[in-house]
Formats: sequence, structure tokens, C-alpha cells
Amino acid sequence: MIDATGRPQSVLVLGGASEIAQAIVAGLVPGRCRTVILAGRPSERLDAAADAARAAGADMVETVAFDTTDLAGNPAVVEDVFTRFGDVDLVLAAAGALGDQAELESDPQAAAELITTNFTGLAAALLAAARCMRAQGYGRIVVISSVAGDRPRKANYIYGSTKSGLDAFAQGLGDSLVGSGVGVTVVRPGFVVGRMTEGMDPAPFSTTPEAVAEAVVKGISSGADVVYAPPVLRWVFAVMKQLPRAVWRRMPG
Amino acid sequence: MTAPRTRRALLTGWGRTAPTAADVVHAVHPSLVDAAMSAAVAAVAARTGRGLVARGMGRSYGDAAQNAGGTVVDATWLDDIRTVDLATGRISVGAGVSLQTLMERFVPLGWFVPVTPGTRLVSVGGAIAADIHGKNHHVDGSFCSHVLSMTLVTPTGTHVVGPDADPALFWATAGGMGLTGIVTEATLQMIPVETSYMLVDTERATDLDDVMDKMLTGDDAYRYSVAWIDCQSTGSRLGRSVLTRGDHARLADLPHRLATDPDRARAFVPRQLARVPLTPPGGLLNPLTVGAFNEFWFRKAPKRQLGKPHHMTGFFHPLDGVGEWNRLYGGRGFLQYQFVVPDAAGETVRRIIERLTEVRLASFLAVLKRFGPGDPGPLSFPMPGWTLALDLPVGHDGLDRLLDDLDEEVLAAGGRIYLAKDSRLAPDTFRAMYPGVDRFLEVRSRVDPDGALRSDLGRRIGLCSDAGAPTPRPTTKKRKTR
Ligand SMILES: Cc1cc2nc3c(=O)[nH]c(=O)nc-3n(C[C@H](O)[C@H](O)[C@H](O)COP(=O)(O)OP(=O)(O)OC[C@H]3O[C@@H](n4cnc5c(N)ncnc54)[C@H](O)[C@@H]3O)c2cc1C
Ligand SMILES: NC(=O)c1ccc[n+]([C@@H]2O[C@H](COP(=O)([O-])OP(=O)(O)OC[C@H]3O[C@@H](n4cnc5c(N)ncnc54)[C@H](OP(=O)(O)O)[C@@H]3O)[C@@H](O)[C@H]2O)c1
Repeated sequence: MIDATGRPQSVLVLGGASEIAQAIVAGLVPGRCRTVILAGRPSERLDAAADAARAAGADMVETVAFDTTDLAGNPAVVEDVFTRFGDVDLVLAAAGALGDQAELESDPQAAAELITTNFTGLAAALLAAARCMRAQGYGRIVVISSVAGDRPRKANYIYGSTKSGLDAFAQGLGDSLVGSGVGVTVVRPGFVVGRMTEGMDPAPFSTTPEAVAEAVVKGISSGADVVYAPPVLRWVFAVMKQLPRAVWRRMPG
Repeated sequence: MTAPRTRRALLTGWGRTAPTAADVVHAVHPSLVDAAMSAAVAAVAARTGRGLVARGMGRSYGDAAQNAGGTVVDATWLDDIRTVDLATGRISVGAGVSLQTLMERFVPLGWFVPVTPGTRLVSVGGAIAADIHGKNHHVDGSFCSHVLSMTLVTPTGTHVVGPDADPALFWATAGGMGLTGIVTEATLQMIPVETSYMLVDTERATDLDDVMDKMLTGDDAYRYSVAWIDCQSTGSRLGRSVLTRGDHARLADLPHRLATDPDRARAFVPRQLARVPLTPPGGLLNPLTVGAFNEFWFRKAPKRQLGKPHHMTGFFHPLDGVGEWNRLYGGRGFLQYQFVVPDAAGETVRRIIERLTEVRLASFLAVLKRFGPGDPGPLSFPMPGWTLALDLPVGHDGLDRLLDDLDEEVLAAGGRIYLAKDSRLAPDTFRAMYPGVDRFLEVRSRVDPDGALRSDLGRRIGLCSDAGAPTPRPTTKKRKTR
């Protein structure tokens, strides 16, 4: 259950090896979260994430195979977790890939795959999670979107549009769940220094997985609809969205 | 038996935290309790259901009367008075009858409830399930010590239990938070009173030592005793409080105008003076407003005043005059932290008050009281010692960890947390605090072998589980290919 101070006791991570997700799990376990299910593509990294959750103090940690692009299999993976582990208080959707814009532009199939990875496949899994949680009568779904989805940039619009889609989907899902006991939190990080952005020059207001996690854990406990990390980006992007298109187009890569 | 009609509703406790949705059955007749029980048990057996639990007036602070995704039986409809013996004060009532109703009906006839909490808006079923205590615990014990028998609907049938009839099931139900079954009827032993007034002694105490000393040496002379501590005072004034103690007034104790008018002297007409109409988003209670209130309240209390007649309503239930005051804490709600520690652990009480005053959370008054011996209920809260209760708004950063620390202090002192107020206790801490839990589970498995009785509280502290329950299958339509 989620307690009065907003602490969940169990979490299912979609994209269990994600750096940001690992930091969030590390923030949740010391509270009450002793059941951690990490769904992801089997890898050493995924196993290491499970070990880290155990080391942090979780006593029921498991990994399950999950690939967002497996559209037919996704919902069943999620449902199976709800069946086997009982209540799932929190579903954290963290899977995602950045892709290389130039390559994607020249390889439409790869672009479509990225869109499936970041949006279509997650949407299928999240619909299954929402149905399970609705039946369960409570829960929180946390979807990691991005400020890149607030207003996609020329240099990054394929990834950006997957996040716009995912973000819009999550907001709608949240509205559809009002009254069901289930809430949805959309997380919009800025540039997070880490694996996904390795080798890139940090954008202004860059942050770390730990800082994102802190904001997310706080947002979970207060039941926030939207979390920006760092929080100042809420205001930065409120302005960015108002810029004339001709100016926005010139935003550097 | 057909499954009763249900309505999906979002429920919370009095603290308005952690809402969950459940299918509510309005048990307008005991047969609907049976029907709901059968349906829930069948659904659990078929692995399609999430069990059921009873709900009274929703005055427990946390998630005790909630059952996410399952059935919640609203038992407040079982509100009839069944049999009355005015010579002995024994009454049999539906479990949904409120203590307020009992007072309205029976105080004018010379009988008062044996135990009343700080609000009269609780049901008899809720009073049993929490084995509630009042200001008279040190003399009269808790509620279930005055229950002569009760009818309990369980997954394996209906039992009439009492201290001498299946005492194990009776006592497991006392404080069992609804997890042994649904009480539909109870026979209570009321206590005789001559009037609806109390004779009250009020004293101010300068600090915690002072108030504890006064209680240790003086409580035995009073049937009712409680101290209200101003939690905004720190340093040498830490624990400054107002101690109110008293007993029921006899007719002869009252001023002439009442003493000569027995009907008036026994009148019990509760009034709600005001109601909080909406929830101010951030709440209206903050250290400033609460500090001002506490100061005012302390100054207005007489330094020392003996034998002053007070009406029962003001003495026992000062907060009931304002409807839905729980809204004042704002959108995120609040919680109550109530613990008990043995008499010897007075220092633990001090440390906890100190730590809570340090964070300067808006808390009105903390209530301090001494318990007498507990009863045999394995999950019943009271045990001899000090109990402190205080309301805290949710939302303060670090409150969760602070209270976890305090749990450790309470546990180390050999104490425990009150489940009827709890909304955040961890499963392992709960187990350590309630060594009777295994005895409780043993009795429960006898009447509920498949674990159909479930609540959010039970899930949270590890008394219930839904593992193995199926997820809803999507209505799979054949996909059309175009
Ligand atoms: C302002 C205030 C002051 C309070 N002061 C005190 C106090 O001084 N002392 C004290 O002990 N408590 C106190 N309480 C707590 C309150 O007395 C308990 O929480 C009580 O259980 C509430 O009864 P209810 O009818 O509202 O039950 P609910 O809150 O609806 O339910 C509480 C529990 O009882 C179970 N239950 C309810 N009806 C039945 C039934 N028919 N059969 C089986 N189980 C049932 C539920 O499943 C749940 O576990 C106070 C609460 C408030 C809001
Ligand atoms: N880093 C940033 O700057 C930034 C900024 C804003 C938003 N975000 C978003 O934050 C989330 C987490 O990112 P991160 O920073 O933690 O990066 P990360 O460590 O690379 O995590 C991304 C995770 O997604 C998983 N994933 C990729 N494709 C998948 C697929 N088809 N099926 C299942 N899992 C798949 C990866 O799995 P493998 O381990 O198997 O590769 C990886 O564990 C992502 O949604 C990302 O878009 C990141």
C-alpha cells in the first residue's frame, strides 16, 4: 500500500536498468519499498540493478524480461507481475532511447523503432498497468517524459516527438483514472548527465540521476501530476514554448 | 443468495490521506452482510476478488476501514436498538449505532456508554474493532471489557461470542480492526449516571514533570482524567499543559436550577455549531495560527478550579461541535501519532515531545493520558503506561523519517502504536510492537482460512495479502485486420 506520507511498498520498473530509475529505486527502498520488480532487456546491467536494490534493503527483488518493442507480449508481462506479486503500488516507466537524429533521419525504419520503443510499446504496457491498478483500487504510475517533449527541437525532434506523445498519453491516462484511486505523475527531466547523454555537451540546467530521483520521490509522495527536474525548468519551458517558431528553429543542437 | 448491489467509491479515513477505491455495500439489513460475505468469499476462492472489510463512521484516521479494489461493507445502516433492560443497563444494539445515538437515547434514562473516545461519532462496531479507550481507561478499561456478547459474521459462518463464549474469537475481534469478521450486533453494559453533567477539576501544569507527577499521584482519585499538552512550548516550558479530571455529577452536585429540574439535568442534545464547508488547499493550520490558538487556550484555562459542572458534550467531545474539522488540514490531509509506553518510560514521552516540537509542525494539542491494565485482546492497544496522541499535517519534508525514528523509540521502550490512528507504520515494526499477532492470526485462520477479510491497513502492515490474485483479463476481441 501507499502510506499516508505517500511512500509505496512495491514498485515495478519498466526499463529496470535505467540510471534514473535505479536512482529512484534507491530513494524509495529506505522508505517502505521492499518489493522491487525490474522489467527490462536481460543484461548484466539489469542484474546489477537488482543487486543494488537488494543491497539497499529491498527483500523481494526480481527481474523479468521486458522489451517495449514486443507489442504483443508487453501487456502480459505487466499483468503477470500483478498476479504473482500481489499489489503493485507504483509503476515507473523509464525505458527509452535517445537515438541519433542524423542516423534516424536517414533510416526511417530505425526511427519507427525508436518511436515504438519510447512511445507505442510503453503505451501498451501502461494501458495494461492502468487496468490492473484500476482493479486494484489504487496505485501511482510515474512516466518519465522529457523537456524535449515540451517543445521538440529541430535537432532532436524524433526523440522529442516520442516524448511529446508519451507525455500527452500519460496526461490523458491520468485524467481517465480520476476517481479510481490511481494517479499518474509525468516527469520531465532536462539534460541528465549519464549514460544516455555520454559524450554530449551538457545543456544549460543539466542535472544528475540522483537529483532527478529526489524530485521524483518527492513528487510521488505528494501525488504531483507533473515533476520537472530541475524544478526551474518548469518556468524555463513555459517561456520556451512561447518563443516564435522562427526563433525556436534556431535553437542550437 | 445473490451478491448485493455495490457502488464503487473512493474512501479515506478521518485523516483524508491515501484514498483507495472499493465496492461499497450498504448493509441496510444483516442479511446483506451475509450476502456480501458469501460473495466475497466465493470471489476470493475463485481468485477473482480482493476480499471485504466492514466500515463504520470512518473515524479511524488511516486506512483501517478501506479495502482497495475489494468490498467494503458500510455497517452504519445496522443502527437499530434491539433490546433494552433499563433496570440493569444492558442493551443490545446493531453494530452501526453511533455512540452519539446511545447518549441521546440513554443519558436521559440514566445510562451512559461505558467508554467514549474523543468523538461520539463512532459506531459500536468501530468501537469494538479498535477496542477504544476513553479518559477512564485507568479505572474502567477499554470498550470490549463492557461488551457482554456480539454477533460476528465470518467467512465460515456466524458466531455469537463473548468473554465466556469462544473467548479467543471474542478477544481477537477486540482490537482486531475488522479482520476477524463483521460485527452485526452487540450487547453492552452501560454505566449508570444521574445527570448529563460532569464535575470537573481543572489545573494548569507548568511542564511535563509537573503534569506527569500530578497524574501519577492524583489520577486514582478520578474516574476520568486527561491532560492537554501545548506542543508549541519548548525549553523549560516543554510539556506545559492543562489537566482536566472529573466524574459524573450527581443531581445534588448541580446548582439549584438544575438540581430541581431533573429533566434538564439529564438532557443530552448535541449540537453542531459550525461546519467546515470546503477544504482550503494549503490548509488553514500552520505554526502561527496554531501557536496563537494554543496560547489562547492555555491562558483561558483556570490555574486551578475544582468541582465545576461541565456538560458531557464539552467535557468529552469538544471537537464534535465543528463538523468536518478534518478539512482544516488542507488537501494532503493529516495523521495522528498515538503511542503508549510503560509507566517507567516517561523519558521516552519527553524525548518524543521534544523531537516533535523541534520540527515546529503545526499541532494543536497533544493529549496525554495514563492507561490502566490492558485486556486479553492480542491486538488491543492499551497497556499500562503513558499514551500520547497528537495530530500532524502531512507534507512536511522528513515527517515520514522522523516518525519512523519515533517508532523505534516507542518500540525500544516496550510500547506500541495505536492501529486505529495509524496510517504509516511498517510491517516489521508492527509485528515487534504486537507480540500477540501470531495468536491473532491463529484465531483468524480458523474463521477465515482463505484470507477473505482484507483491509488496506492489513495489507500495509502485513496482515493480509493479495498475492496470487488474478488480474482482470482484458475483454479480448478478435483483432480486425484491415
Ligand atoms: C476526533 C477523534 C477522536 C478520537 N478519540 C479517540 C479516543 O479517545 N480513544 C480511542 O480509542 N479512539 C479515538 N478515536 C478513534 C476512533 O474511536 C476509532 O477509530 C473507531 O474505531 C472509529 O469508529 P468508526 O465507527 O468510525 O469506525 P471506522 O473508522 O469506520 O472503522 C474502524 C475499524 O473498525 C472496523 N469496523 C467498523 N465497523 C465494524 C463492524 N460492524 N464489524 C467489524 N469491524 C468493524 C473497520 O473495519 C476498521 O478496521 C478518535 C477519532 C477521532 C476522529
Ligand atoms: N538522460 C537524460 O538526459 C534524459 C533526459 C530526459 C529524459 N530522459 C528519459 O529518462 C528515461 C531513463 O533514461 P536514463 O537517463 O536512465 O538512461 P538509461 O540509463 O540509458 O536508461 C534507459 C533504459 O531504457 C531501456 N530500454 C531501451 N530500449 C528498450 C526496449 N526496447 N525495451 C526495454 N527497455 C529498453 C534501456 O535498457 P538497456 O539497459 O537494455 O539498454 C535502459 O535501461 C528514458 O525514458 C529517457 O528518455 C533521460
